[in-house]
Amino acid sequence: MFLINCPFCGEREQSEFKAGGEAHIVRPKQPTELSDDEWAEYLFMRKNIKGVQFERWNHVHGCRKWFNMVRDTSNDQIKAVYKMGEKPPVK
Amino acid sequence: MSNNLRFKTSKFIDETYRVSFKFNNKTYFGFKGDTLASALLANGIHLVGRSFKYHRPRGIMTSGSEEPNAIIQLHDNSSRTEPNVRATEVEIYEGLVASSQNCWPSVNFDIGGINNLLSPILPAGFYYKTFMWPASFWEKYEYFIRKSAGLGKSPKVADPDIYEHKYIHCDVSVIGAGISGIMAAKMAAKNGFKTLLVDEKSYLGGSSIYDKSEFSKINNQITSSWLEKEINEISKLENLEIKTRTSVAAFHGYNFLLARENLTDHLPINQRENKVRQRLLKIRAKKVITATGSIERPLIFDNNDRPGIMLSSAIKRYIDLYGVACGENIILFTNNDTAYETAMSLIQRGIKINAIIDNREQIDSKISYEVEKNNIKIYKGYTVVDTYGYRRINKISIMKLSKDGQTVIGDKTKLNCDCLGVSGGWTPAVHLFTQSGGKLKFREEDQVFIPNVYPSDQISIGSCNGDFGLEEIIKNTLSSIKKFLDIDNSEYKTVETISGLNQSKRNIWLLPSDKSIGKTKSFVDYQNDATAKDIKLALREGFRSIEHVKRYTTTGMGTDQGKLGNMHALGIISETAGTKMGEHGTTTFRPPYTPLTFGTIVGRNVGEFFDIFRRTPIHDWHVANNAEFENVGQWKRAWYYPKDNENMHQAVQRESKAARDSAGILDASTLGKIDIQGTDASEFLNRVYTNAWSKLAIGKCRYGLMLNEDGMVYDDGVTTRLGENHYIMTTTTGGAANVLGKLEDYLQTEWPELDVYLSSVTDHFATISVCGPNSKKIVSKVIPDLDLSDEKFPHMSFKNSKIDNIKCRIMRISFTGEHSYEINIQANFGKSVWEKCMEAGKDFNITPYGTETMHLLRAEKGFIIVGQDTDATLTPIDLQMDWIVSKKKYDFIGKRSLYRSDTIREDRKQLVGLLTENPEEVLEEGAQIVADIKKSPIEMLGHVTSSYYSPNLKKSIALGVVKGGKNMLGQKLIIPMENKNINVTVADPVFLDKEGERLNAKL
Ligand SMILES: [Zn+2]
Repeated sequence: MFLINCPFCGEREQSEFKAGGEAHIVRPKQPTELSDDEWAEYLFMRKNIKGVQFERWNHVHGCRKWFNMVRDTSNDQIKAVYKMGEKPPVK
Repeated sequence: MSNNLRFKTSKFIDETYRVSFKFNNKTYFGFKGDTLASALLANGIHLVGRSFKYHRPRGIMTSGSEEPNAIIQLHDNSSRTEPNVRATEVEIYEGLVASSQNCWPSVNFDIGGINNLLSPILPAGFYYKTFMWPASFWEKYEYFIRKSAGLGKSPKVADPDIYEHKYIHCDVSVIGAGISGIMAAKMAAKNGFKTLLVDEKSYLGGSSIYDKSEFSKINNQITSSWLEKEINEISKLENLEIKTRTSVAAFHGYNFLLARENLTDHLPINQRENKVRQRLLKIRAKKVITATGSIERPLIFDNNDRPGIMLSSAIKRYIDLYGVACGENIILFTNNDTAYETAMSLIQRGIKINAIIDNREQIDSKISYEVEKNNIKIYKGYTVVDTYGYRRINKISIMKLSKDGQTVIGDKTKLNCDCLGVSGGWTPAVHLFTQSGGKLKFREEDQVFIPNVYPSDQISIGSCNGDFGLEEIIKNTLSSIKKFLDIDNSEYKTVETISGLNQSKRNIWLLPSDKSIGKTKSFVDYQNDATAKDIKLALREGFRSIEHVKRYTTTGMGTDQGKLGNMHALGIISETAGTKMGEHGTTTFRPPYTPLTFGTIVGRNVGEFFDIFRRTPIHDWHVANNAEFENVGQWKRAWYYPKDNENMHQAVQRESKAARDSAGILDASTLGKIDIQGTDASEFLNRVYTNAWSKLAIGKCRYGLMLNEDGMVYDDGVTTRLGENHYIMTTTTGGAANVLGKLEDYLQTEWPELDVYLSSVTDHFATISVCGPNSKKIVSKVIPDLDLSDEKFPHMSFKNSKIDNIKCRIMRISFTGEHSYEINIQANFGKSVWEKCMEAGKDFNITPYGTETMHLLRAEKGFIIVGQDTDATLTPIDLQMDWIVSKKKYDFIGKRSLYRSDTIREDRKQLVGLLTENPEEVLEEGAQIVADIKKSPIEMLGHVTSSYYSPNLKKSIALGVVKGGKNMLGQKLIIPMENKNINVTVADPVFLDKEGERLNAKL
């Protein structure tokens, strides 16, 4: 079980958190102007990387804040956590 | 007790404290300090169980948690009864009761033993191959398989014991208190690390603590004496917490350990009352030091499983630690020097060793010379080719190994014995290391897997790291701990070791025999009866991956996870396939390392704490008034209120009729309530609901539908505008938490620019809904000051008011189609206001109704229930709720998805009403809907989602989803049931008062 460093609360047990899928997928500002394919790209297409992945996490049983995490899915090492709207500190 | 098997002078046994216990209904005696295994052995008992598949007699094989055979049922016929307990781990106490499992009618005569005779037709995969076809026979096979293949009995009544969970946070956690674990714990604690040391045994020191051999010394003291002083020293350290009888079950990522601490299992039953039996420790350690030692390997030869055949190290432990001789005429069979340590222990006690069979041609160590000096015949370069004796070994035959070790040569010699100690070298106990995600490497010289890549801040030391010699263990422990903890002071000045052992080994995974492999039974996995022959068969049949071979042959699939034989299985696979060890991968060791009781896993979360539930503020009234409850999410909701001897149907019919004829009252407190404030609150609602919110006046209510981004209906409810920038949203009972989460997600991640604040206030308010033609009269009696006229308080509006000077919010909204009011008041006044309403409604036959009646009433009106009539595949258009989807709004969650090519298909499943040909016939919810039953296969058009008998319409009504149903009004469809086909007609989903006359009636 991970120890996650919530950017607002500090280190907490994974059981306090909820994973929320891939990070940095921005909801299109003008959905009505997108084709079916473009909309589907936003709606359905997600990466599932073995290796470094950018993810959204929510401190659901804590401060309830959403934040981003960089995690290596091959060994579960958390490379970084950072707030929503911030740029990833690692590549 | 057979006196010639028990020897004095073990300080671990209290010979003044005799303990009686029962095994297979017979009373025996042992001493305090014995395990069940050592006490049975002291009584001359080896045969304790039958094997799983062939029901072969099996004896005690080991002295620890790796035991594959001696698994027993503890506490016969009591609420504490526990199957699959290893006799080698049970500390005996006065009154212990245990029995063999997997044998019927008795361990000495077992009907399943016939499987042993049938074994030529019971090869690997036999169960898969034979019992597969025909499928209808399975029930018959299963009966016999289950009866004869007992894996113990589970208790049938509640567990009387108490369990608990505890968190431990420490700097360093040391797993295993053998020689290296003790040293590591001392170094850590003395250097200021908050340290935790755990060991599964009841004592510290591991196998060195009873090592009295002159051939292993530290600083010129006998190892055990040196270690005793060390233990004495560390037990005084403040920084060190020591837990014995504590077995680490799992080593997860981020140094999270789960361990089971046994607190009362060694006590007589009458001393256990009100004590915690087992504790699950949840350990977070900054650093983990694994010192779990190693497990002796057996040797794989024909008939290597008879009672009396044991690990050589177990024989040593039994004599040194418990003072118990495992036989009176012992033979040792080895490929390395450690068996000679066993020999020395036996020699010291004067126990006869008939011979030592050693695979090696050359043996060159001090200890072996010493053994030879004691006139013990050593057969060098020999192997055991067969064993004899049904319930206990009585003879072996041996032959000379060829130079390459692949065949046997020369004559066969028979030797008598009553116990055979085997040693195939040692396997590092890397289970926890691999559980943590560690990667192993294979060391060719002595054919062992050792830790290679550590996934977290941890280290393995001692023999679990592949260090087997005493000197190596101590030297490497000192240097690696210094480095690992980054400390200068090791706490040890000089540690001089003397060892009379040599590390040479002649490793042969499968020992040759004079018989062909097909005629041998060389067991690799004792518990699951998997033989070398089975593994070879699996390879012949094309299996290559170790994980596949494992499943096909069931090697390593027992409760012991193949702690003894997995390495041999790998070895035999690579030898047969001609590949290198490690190429086929190693099997994955999964938690728990040793089985955990369910009690430990659940801890205090039993009974009413198993799955907690939420009660409304009015709950006690419902209980007092005979309500039946249903679970909705975590909530207990009143389902219906049976009167006299009413069944559910009768109660619901009465409640439904009363609500429409006069007045009904419903506890709606469980509906989710979210308080929404902020200058952008209206804009926010515009974006999350399908309909428009900007123009909703203060004091007005509106029904809203919420979609997922994929356009599918997610939740619904009424939201009220309380002020310019203030709304209260209601959600479905089950969806409340998810809706709040979703709204927060959008606010924080997509629309952080919006000035909106959300608070869950579900628990803050009690919500009482009063409906029916007399609802107005009742509410006006409860709140006389409130003007309820249609002009001042029309449908879909809200008023602030007071009841007995307590503020409340009144909404005139309706989920039944009747004129109705919803009173929201601070939760702790909920029950008294409910009672007030009941009192005020007395003259109007006010009838409390539960969720079932609520569902019926709304179905009459064709109102959907999200999650019952919808299932995340239906858009509002599918629900024929086009009216609620704003055409004007530029965007809202899910809007774009409403005209994807898939969502605009005409033949999507759409919500319709269904009327049965026979109005008395009530459809089954979930039943399939078809048009043509002659077509094959029959095309499924949809299914029934809600179905009731309506007492108000005096007929059966149903809602369902049907492909293209929107355009099928009036069409006949069929509901095929098991015994009949029910004819239905597609109807408007609004069955009652489509014009809304009831809602708008002048009252
Ligand atoms: Zn937080």
